[in-house]
Amino acid sequence: MFKKFSLAALTIAFSATSSFAATNITWWHGMAGRNGEVINEVSKKFNEAQSACALTPVSKGTYEEALASGIAAFRSGEQPNILQVFDAGAATIINAKGAVIPAEDLIIKAGHNFDRNAFIDGVRYFYADSEGKFVGMPFNSSAPIMYINDEALKKAGVEAPKTWEEFEAVAPKLKEAGYIPLVQSQLTWQFTENFFSRNNIQFATNNNGYDAVVDTQLKVTDPNLIMMFDKLKAWKDEGYFAFYGAGWNDNQKVFEEGKAAFWIGSSGSFGGLQKTAQMPFSATFLPYWGSIKGAGTNSFIGGAALFAMSGKSDEENKCVADFFQFLTSPEIQYFYHKATGYVAITKAAYELAQKDGYYKEKPVAEVGIKQLLLPAGDWSKGYRLGFYPQIREIMEREYGRIFSGETTVKDAFDTIEKEGNELLARFAKTAG
Amino acid sequence: MTTATDLLPAARGGTGTETRGRRFGAFRLFGGQSNSGGESTAKRVQFASPFLPYLFLAPQLAIIFIFFYWPSVQAIQSSFYLEDPFGFGSTFVGMTNYTDVLKSGEYLGIARFTAVFTALVTFFALSIGLLLAVKADGVIRGNAAYKTLLIWVYAIAPPVAGLIGMMFFDQHIGPIVELARWFGWDIKVGLNYFDTAFSMVVVSVWKQIPYNFIFFLSGLQGIPVSVREAAAIDCRSGFRRFWTVILPLLAPTAFFLLIINVTYALFDTFGVIDVMVKDKAANNPITLVYKVYMDGFRGNDLGGSSAQSVILMLIVFVLTIFQFRFIERRVHYN
Repeated sequence: MFKKFSLAALTIAFSATSSFAATNITWWHGMAGRNGEVINEVSKKFNEAQSACALTPVSKGTYEEALASGIAAFRSGEQPNILQVFDAGAATIINAKGAVIPAEDLIIKAGHNFDRNAFIDGVRYFYADSEGKFVGMPFNSSAPIMYINDEALKKAGVEAPKTWEEFEAVAPKLKEAGYIPLVQSQLTWQFTENFFSRNNIQFATNNNGYDAVVDTQLKVTDPNLIMMFDKLKAWKDEGYFAFYGAGWNDNQKVFEEGKAAFWIGSSGSFGGLQKTAQMPFSATFLPYWGSIKGAGTNSFIGGAALFAMSGKSDEENKCVADFFQFLTSPEIQYFYHKATGYVAITKAAYELAQKDGYYKEKPVAEVGIKQLLLPAGDWSKGYRLGFYPQIREIMEREYGRIFSGETTVKDAFDTIEKEGNELLARFAKTAG
Repeated sequence: MTTATDLLPAARGGTGTETRGRRFGAFRLFGGQSNSGGESTAKRVQFASPFLPYLFLAPQLAIIFIFFYWPSVQAIQSSFYLEDPFGFGSTFVGMTNYTDVLKSGEYLGIARFTAVFTALVTFFALSIGLLLAVKADGVIRGNAAYKTLLIWVYAIAPPVAGLIGMMFFDQHIGPIVELARWFGWDIKVGLNYFDTAFSMVVVSVWKQIPYNFIFFLSGLQGIPVSVREAAAIDCRSGFRRFWTVILPLLAPTAFFLLIINVTYALFDTFGVIDVMVKDKAANNPITLVYKVYMDGFRGNDLGGSSAQSVILMLIVFVLTIFQFRFIERRVHYN
C-alpha cells in the first residue's frame, strides 16, 4: 500500500517538473464574471507562450477589495507580484513610496524597450508620475461615451448632439417623442472628473495633484462645473434628464429598455450592452460645452492598471516585466479589446484592429479610443488625489441632495470642496 | 422532523410542574450562574495542581485574546495615528482622528440614523416576533408546519436577505414598488433617503423575526400549564392575562432578545445595507458600522476608521451597561 502511494506521489512530482523550472508569479485582480474569465485566458496565453514564468491570476472580488487585500498582504510581507488597482485608488498606491516598482523601470531593467509614445494619448498619463514615467501599467482602460438609442432619434427626427448646446436643442423633441432624453451612470466620473478633461479645465491645484500631495486642493467650485450641474438640475426638472441614484445599473436599465434616448456610460460597457439592449444603438463622444473656450479635448481613462509590487526577487520581477511586455503586444491587446470592450491601449493594437476590419463590423467599439485620441489639453491628462474614493462618496452624496432638492448646486460644491480639501490635507499627512 | 424549538432546553422543559428555579433556555446562552439551584447539585472538582485548570482554560483564553483583545488594542492604538495604508509611515496625531469624526456633520447624521434605525428594527422585530409566537402557541393543529415556515427565514444569510429585499424594492422591477405606486407612493430605493431607510428597516426586521419567534415560542412553551390555567380562572380577558401573567414570565427571554436585537441592528445588518446601497452610499442612509467599512476598506483611511470603531465600541459598552444595570432590574428570573 505504502509503495503504491509513494509511487503515485513520485509520478505527480515528476509530471510537475516542467513547471518546477519556471518562476511562479501571482496576479491579484478585482474582476469577476466574463472579465475575470478573460483574465484567465490572457494568463493562459502568457504561460503557453514561454516556459520561464508561470503566472497565476487570483480574483479578489471588486476593485476595492483587491486593493484592500493587496494592502493587507503587503503589510504582512505576503504581497502578490502584480496588483490591479482602479483609477480612484491610483493615488493611494503611487504615493506609497516603495510599495511598487515603476513599470517603466521594471521593463527597462529586464532588457526590453519601452516607448511611452506607443501608448494612446489619453492612456499615457493617468498612471504615470509628473515626469511621465509609467508607474502602473495601464490594463483595462475605458472612456465615458454617449450611447444613442437609434430608434428614438429616428422617431424624433433629430441628430446626435456633439455639444451640450446641441443637446438642449434636441431634448424637447425627444421628450415629445416619448423618451427620456438623457440618463447617465456615474456622475463623479462622467460629469466631474471627465468634465474637467473634456472641457480642459483645472480640477485641482499642484497640476491636478500630480506634482505634490501637500497643499493640493480641489477646484470644484469652478463656475463652469456649477453651470453644468445647474443645467442638469434644470433639465431634470423639465424632464430632459432622469436620475435614478448612484447605482450604475439603475440608470443603465432605462436605456437598455429603450426608454431613454442617450445614456452616458463606459466604453467598456459595449460588450454587455450588445446582449442587453432591446433596440439598435450606436455611440458618440461625451458632449462638451461649445461655450467654454478650449473645450473638446480628449478624456482620460477610467478602469484600472497593473502595479508591480516591490520586495520580490529579481527573477520574479523579470517575469513581471515579461508579462507586461506580453500584455502590451498588439495581438494580446486586440484580443482583450474584442473580448471585453475595454479600449486597446497602444497605437499598434488600435491599428491592428482597424486593419482587421473590426470597427467596420462594430463601429461603437471604436468610439472610446477615438475620444482618447482627441487632442490633449493642459488639464485632460488625469488627476492624482489622495483619499479619492472618499471624495467620490462626498460628491455622490451631494449630487443626490442636489437632485432631491435638499441643497443648491452652489452649496453642494462648497461642501464638496471643503470636505474634500480636509481629506486631501489628511492624506498629505499620511504621505508626508 | 425536529424543529429548532425542540432543540432548545426550555422547550424540552415541557409543561411539567417543575416551576421553581427553572431557567429559560435562552438565558443559558449567557453561561454564568444560570443553572438554578445549581450550587447543591454541581460537583466541585479538586485539581491536584493549581496550574492545571489554567492549562485547560488556556486555549479558550488564547482565542479570546487573539481574536478580541489584541485587535481591540490595535484599533485603539491606530486611532491615534495617521497612517499611510501600506504601513510605511505613521504620524502621531493625538485626538485629531476623534475630533475630526465628531466635528463632522455627516458622521453625526449617520449616528442619528443608526440610533433611529436600531430602535425601529429592535422594536418591530421583537413585537412582531412576539405576536407570531403567541399566535403560534395557540395553534394546535398543524403547528409544526406553521413553525417551520416561520423559522425558515432565519436560515437566509443577511446579504441574501438584502438581495431579496432589493428585488422587492427595485426601482424598475420591484413588486412592492408597483404596489406602493398603486397607492400613490413612488418608492425610489437608492435615490430617496426616506424610501431607502424604510426598505432597510423592513428587510432587517423581516430577517430577524424568525429568530425572535423561536425564542419567544420556546419561552411561552416553558410556561407551566398550571399557571396558565390558574390565570384563566382568575381573569377572563386574554389580553390582560397576557400583560400581567405571560409577559412578566417571558421577561428573561425578552431581555436576552433585546440585547441580541440591538446588537443585530447595529452590526449584523451590514450585509443588508451593503446590498441595498450597492456599495455607493451617496445620499442614502447608512449605519456607523458601514461607515467604518467605507472609510477603512474603501477609503484606506486606517486612523479615521479605527477612531470610529473605538467610538462604536464605547457606544456598545455604554449600552450594555445601561441594559444590565437598569433594564435587568425589572426582570425577574423566578
